[in-house]
Amino acid sequence: MIKKLIRSVREYKLYSVLTPAFVACEAAMDVLIPYIMSKLIDNGIEKGDMLYTWKIGILLALVCVAALVFGMVSGITAAKAASGFAANLRHDMYYKVQTYSFSNIDKFSPASIVTRLTTDVNNVQNAFQMIIRVAVRAPLMMIFAVAMSFRINAQLSVIFALVIPFLGGGLFLIITKAHKIFEKVFKLYDKLNNVVAENLHGIRVVKSFVREDYEEKKFKDVSGDIYKNFSKAEKILAFNSPLMQFCMYLCILLISWFAAHFIVQSGNNPDNGMTTGLLMTLISYASQILMSLMMLSFVFVMITISRASMERIVEILDEESDITSPDNAVSEVKDGSVVFENVNFGYSKDKNKFCLTGVNIDIKSGETIGIIGGTGTSKTTLVHLIPRLYDATEGRVLVGGKDVREYDIKALRDEVAVVLQKNILFSGTIKENLRWGKADATDEEIRHVCSLACADEFIETFPNGYDTYIEQGGANVSGGQKQRLCIARALLKKPKILILDDSTSAVDTATDAKIRKAFREEIPNTTKIIIAQRISSVQDADKIIVLDDGKINDMGSHDELLERNSIYREVYTSQQKGAMA
Amino acid sequence: MSGNVKKSPEQKQRIGFKVIGRILSYIKGKYRAYFIFAIAGTMISAFASVYGIMFLEELIDDYIAPLVEAFLNSGAEPVYTNLMIALLKIAAIYAVGIAGNFMCQYLMVLISQGVLKRIRDDMFSHMQTLPIKYFDTNAFGDIMSRYTNDTDTLEQMIAQSIPQIINTFVTVLIVFIAMLKTSVPLTLFMLFTIALMLLVTKYIGGKSSRYFIRQQKSFGQLDGYIEEMINGQKVVKVFNHEEASKADFDKLNDELRENANNANKFANILMPIMGNLGYLQYVLLACIGGALAISGKGSLTIGGIVAFLELSRSFTRPITQVSQQINSVVMAIAGAGRIFNMIDEPGEVDDGYVTLVNAKYDANGELTETDEHTNLWAWKHPHSADGSITYTLLRGDVRLTDVDFGYVEGKTVLHNVSVFAEPGQKVAFVGATGAGKTTITNLINRFYDIADGKIRYDGININKIKKADLRRSLGVVLQETNLFTGTVRDNIRYGKLDATDEEVVAAARLANAHEFIERLPQGYDTMLTGGGANLSQGQRQLIAIARAAVADPPVMILDEATSSIDTRTEAIVQAGMDSLMYGRTVFVIAHRLSTVRNSDVIMVLERGRIIERGNHEKLIAQKGKYYQLYTGAFELE
Repeated sequence: MIKKLIRSVREYKLYSVLTPAFVACEAAMDVLIPYIMSKLIDNGIEKGDMLYTWKIGILLALVCVAALVFGMVSGITAAKAASGFAANLRHDMYYKVQTYSFSNIDKFSPASIVTRLTTDVNNVQNAFQMIIRVAVRAPLMMIFAVAMSFRINAQLSVIFALVIPFLGGGLFLIITKAHKIFEKVFKLYDKLNNVVAENLHGIRVVKSFVREDYEEKKFKDVSGDIYKNFSKAEKILAFNSPLMQFCMYLCILLISWFAAHFIVQSGNNPDNGMTTGLLMTLISYASQILMSLMMLSFVFVMITISRASMERIVEILDEESDITSPDNAVSEVKDGSVVFENVNFGYSKDKNKFCLTGVNIDIKSGETIGIIGGTGTSKTTLVHLIPRLYDATEGRVLVGGKDVREYDIKALRDEVAVVLQKNILFSGTIKENLRWGKADATDEEIRHVCSLACADEFIETFPNGYDTYIEQGGANVSGGQKQRLCIARALLKKPKILILDDSTSAVDTATDAKIRKAFREEIPNTTKIIIAQRISSVQDADKIIVLDDGKINDMGSHDELLERNSIYREVYTSQQKGAMA
Repeated sequence: MSGNVKKSPEQKQRIGFKVIGRILSYIKGKYRAYFIFAIAGTMISAFASVYGIMFLEELIDDYIAPLVEAFLNSGAEPVYTNLMIALLKIAAIYAVGIAGNFMCQYLMVLISQGVLKRIRDDMFSHMQTLPIKYFDTNAFGDIMSRYTNDTDTLEQMIAQSIPQIINTFVTVLIVFIAMLKTSVPLTLFMLFTIALMLLVTKYIGGKSSRYFIRQQKSFGQLDGYIEEMINGQKVVKVFNHEEASKADFDKLNDELRENANNANKFANILMPIMGNLGYLQYVLLACIGGALAISGKGSLTIGGIVAFLELSRSFTRPITQVSQQINSVVMAIAGAGRIFNMIDEPGEVDDGYVTLVNAKYDANGELTETDEHTNLWAWKHPHSADGSITYTLLRGDVRLTDVDFGYVEGKTVLHNVSVFAEPGQKVAFVGATGAGKTTITNLINRFYDIADGKIRYDGININKIKKADLRRSLGVVLQETNLFTGTVRDNIRYGKLDATDEEVVAAARLANAHEFIERLPQGYDTMLTGGGANLSQGQRQLIAIARAAVADPPVMILDEATSSIDTRTEAIVQAGMDSLMYGRTVFVIAHRLSTVRNSDVIMVLERGRIIERGNHEKLIAQKGKYYQLYTGAFELE
């Protein structure tokens, strides 16, 4: 998992390696300082040597400045490495998502992809920075300090050998215990947020049923649980600082006691061994060592927390698109003919859960085909197989006489335009949105497709016309206007096959008829496949397919179906009742 | 970092203190005692640690030095008993210090978690009292982020920063006194260098927070872009738009990288700068102290210097640690400010005094109040003039007379609307989006109050009716079903919390929902999550209808309840709806005209005015707007 993530470091490798190197230098300086300090005390102040005191003082100051510089540089390189790594990670993930097929997209919800790209990457970025800085610094500091202590007085250093495992073990115990509870708390947070979100979304229901108190109780139950568990975890963590203090005090007392003996024996002479200055040095080392242990425990926590994020990121990177262009792909679609040959399809491989079975259709180039059927009869699924948004589980789908799997995907989709049922406009001007269909479309072309889709009439009433800004999701245009813009956008591609998936449901019948007329007259050679709820939208099609429960129930012209097909007749009469009564 | 309105630094500071004061005001009751003990614990701990450091002076000057001297002079075996006793004494003091520290830590957990829970509960409780207007005018994400981001940062502050600041304050104070006791000139020098260090912090901290704001901003931009594109990913695929989408992404991503780099850079260098300046200060103190000691001025001993050096570390360390928290404190204050703003938002005003009570007819045939469940309800109307009480039978007669209304002052969206709905009648509203259909229903249940005109319910002005009781007498089924996480049974019971299982099933049967519920894996005990994502839209709507049915109100409001259901499924839902409507006063809003055909009255609304009214036959005959709509010449959005 780590390996996969590390691959995204790329051009920031140098910074990622330099940072720990600088950090190591800083740590070395930090460990040197207390040692040199002992010289200052023992040889300078103790002996009353002013000159020596200043000389060592200047040396010390230089070491401090060096440490400062190393520290600063490492901070800068660490920021560069971590922010670069995060950017690369986002880049890799986003690019990967762009290769996803519809079924890959269905697997992750959009919200979860967004979280992975944002929050999860942030967590990993922080952990990464922590690792290259602190995770290197803390153990190095510990090793340097212990090594120096052994050099000063090996017997006294045994104290560290005892205290380090004690503190380390203690911290580990505290953290693992607390972490388990924290994980529970995180789940409770989700629950609490869910209560709030549902309350906000359903505030009208809450208020209408006068359920404010009930909701309050629901909230307080969860917030009470959070309180209980969080307190429990924090109470365990409250042992952290006293434990640390205990170890530090223990070190001071033990060092003082034994060092006193050594100092007396050496006569406090630096040449003979232990001195008061070195006593101070050892106490400084004790504090450095214990602090490093504490930092290590933080790093440990950080990594554990970010592990879940790493896993979620790798899931995105590991997901392989199941729809790719073949080698030697065909790049030209000959015509707009579509053939379904014994097509079965299921979103899962389970044969019992096929949502399309035994579909055989033959559509000639330039024909207009209507598709009718209730919700859940797989109308949308059927048309999604044509531009290869999904692959047929069994059987084949041919476009322009060739299996869709032989085409270069981009070429195929350029020729097969789909106006999706759940269609979306993006924030940007109308023109920018329409140019999704053709990046270099001229204003003339844009106006032309808009007039075909009957969108020109309302666009021209906007004060800014084609430069009107569309809010995210198309919030500032009505449903019918949005549908017409989406149709225009698809038309701009000049496709050989045009698929409208319930794309005029919010357009009034008169305009709907006008759009169909324009299709007939202006783009006669384009194959048009129209899914609709309204019979009127499809009744003049060359062929109408009636889908029922994933099977073709019937196929024929309006008049034929009206005569022989009960489903069609039922839908027709239910809609006629509205119109004629 | 809040809001767009520029505030002067002083103003910000004042707001900051106000917010902190407000947070501290949550420490009350037993928490106040805890707080005092926690501070006492901190003080004990700080005292112990300062005492320990001061002991270094004694250790060196009074114990080790004489021993060394004696050993050098006489060569006699040194006696360590005194040292042992002194160390044991210190050990005892340390033990007390640790205990004090533990007490403080432990109590702080209780306090901070308690305060946090109270703030959280206050926030939600208060939110329940806010008028619908608040929810209509504040974005979901904005409100939600108060429970997530803002509470998170507040939590950080309460659980970590505030205890640390208190701890620092106490420690620094005690250490400062100890330092003064050890050496006045060195202390003065200390203050000077600390001031310098704080200046550096302020400079770098300022830079860092500026970039942090920029980072937040570009993060927001990237987040927005990703959200929009990922939600439209299928459209991207269909249009082969991947490359363009990647290019735009890269631009924003690079921007974020750059700003994140700068923000982190300044945050990262702060620690080494402060840490090493601390060391530098330590070195300078050693040199100056050494010089003082050698020259014999200021009566400094070696032990004194050593002790002072350690004291200086204890003085500087907490200050640098706290200074690093400034960013998070500022953020937390901004977050807490938003939380308190919501808590301070005025709640829904309710001057109503007419209440809904169970009623029965007494021996004289008079309507009286009763505690029994009679399925008969009455409005209890106390008259302040003569102290009498009258009871009016709840029938469901709703009359709007010449109602004007606007969501914002000066922008009237309903003009002169009059609607008379007699008990059992079905009144339909038809019209384009924004014509004011939903607004009318918002007025009946008093989500909003009318500007002019009158609304009477069973002859009583609805302003006199207690809102909770008014709403209890009105059932709603909306387009958005808004089911809650819980079992199917819980969701139906939402309409009447004390409904028996039989009542729940009866309501489900009435709504035509019983059959499909029985077929669910766990029947009525099937868990619904994500607003009922595991059900179809039609099924969700049936549960929502059952939920309204179990409440059994005399008046129902159906707002686009069948709009997102396809025509074939609608037949099933419609059947449920029809039985729900039977015998009740119903207000229906629908854009599918088949739903409203059989209404007693149909009101066609256009731009806040009723332009046509009458039953279906009459309106068709009139050949006006309704006729156009019905014949499909004109479509509603």
